[in-house]
Amino acid sequence: MIVCITARAAGTDAPVEERFGRAPYFVFVDTETGASESVQNPLVDAAGGVGPRAVQMLSEHGATVLVTGQVGGNAGKALEAGGIKAYAYRGSGSVADALAGYTAGTLTPLSLS
Amino acid sequence: MKIAIASGKGGTGKSTVAANLAYVLSRSRDVVLVDCDVEEPNLHLFFPAAAVDVPVTTPVPAIDPARCTFCGECGKFCRFGALSVLKDSVLVFPELCHSCGGCVLVCPQGAVREVPRTVGRVACSRPLPRLTLVSGVLNEGEVQAPAVIRAAKMLGEGHPLAVYDAAPGIACPVIETLEGSDACVLVTESTPFGLHDLSLAAEVVEKLGIPAGVVINRSDGEDAPTVAFCREHDLPVLMTIPFSREIAAVQNRGGLICRDLPGWEERFAGLVRKVSP
Repeated sequence: MIVCITARAAGTDAPVEERFGRAPYFVFVDTETGASESVQNPLVDAAGGVGPRAVQMLSEHGATVLVTGQVGGNAGKALEAGGIKAYAYRGSGSVADALAGYTAGTLTPLSLS
Repeated sequence: MKIAIASGKGGTGKSTVAANLAYVLSRSRDVVLVDCDVEEPNLHLFFPAAAVDVPVTTPVPAIDPARCTFCGECGKFCRFGALSVLKDSVLVFPELCHSCGGCVLVCPQGAVREVPRTVGRVACSRPLPRLTLVSGVLNEGEVQAPAVIRAAKMLGEGHPLAVYDAAPGIACPVIETLEGSDACVLVTESTPFGLHDLSLAAEVVEKLGIPAGVVINRSDGEDAPTVAFCREHDLPVLMTIPFSREIAAVQNRGGLICRDLPGWEERFAGLVRKVSP
């Protein structure tokens, strides 16, 4: 399973970014192999409509779980339609910490609608 | 002739000048007053009358599920995020669409067609025998102000004389309003903010090649920096309206200073002569 965590920089040591569509990086972690891929978000400075476009990027990378601080209404609709579950991480830890929280089952699901 | 009223800074008195100018013009000829400040039209407050509404629609994409292969081309093309292509579905966010039509062009399957969506309306009325009011009204939460402005201006076409009341600022809605105008009246106030935004608006009308002049509103008598700016940029100061409680009181009850206060019809007639000789 591929989990996407929003981050302020590349790599699993990077701090988690609470914003979704305008997060500087998306870190995709394959929970089976532990391999991670950091993708720079081209939408950081986009004028609008970043939520659905970010969801499309997640979908292209095969992510089925998203860990972030909060998502907007349009992003929520797209996540729901794309079958991507979203969980809230609002601590000040790293991508690895957020992933550990997700695997331990301590993160609360984000309401998407 | 088409005369646009713009300002840069909001709240300088664009609508006051537009309403009074149109009123004075309508005393001697037919005029159409077009409210192009579609996010907050207010000219109907000066000219209450029963209106006929015409809806304004813009095209937005609709996906044919029988033809779509979820290739993602439309979603990649749309820079406004109006289309999200997921594994087995395409989501359309019509309120994010800017109606560029690109998704229709890039779809290799011909699965995207356009359907109309209402984003606002144009209200037309005849408050005075020789004055037609056309007000653009953008629905709340919508982004396509230029579409409603275009429609309002189009419904004002055919009149020999039109006054366009622009939105504040210098963004797309103002450019859309200024497009095709023969003259522009820039309304400012004697504050540093008023002068700053006047300089932005002056730059815009210069780039668009529209002859412009300036009305200084709510003048406290300390207009030297504004007057100096106008001289430097060859902008004639067409009129100065003083800061006055009497004027504010007329304005606040939806009155027209050129109709309700002595001496102002002549002053606005003077403005008319300078703008449309």
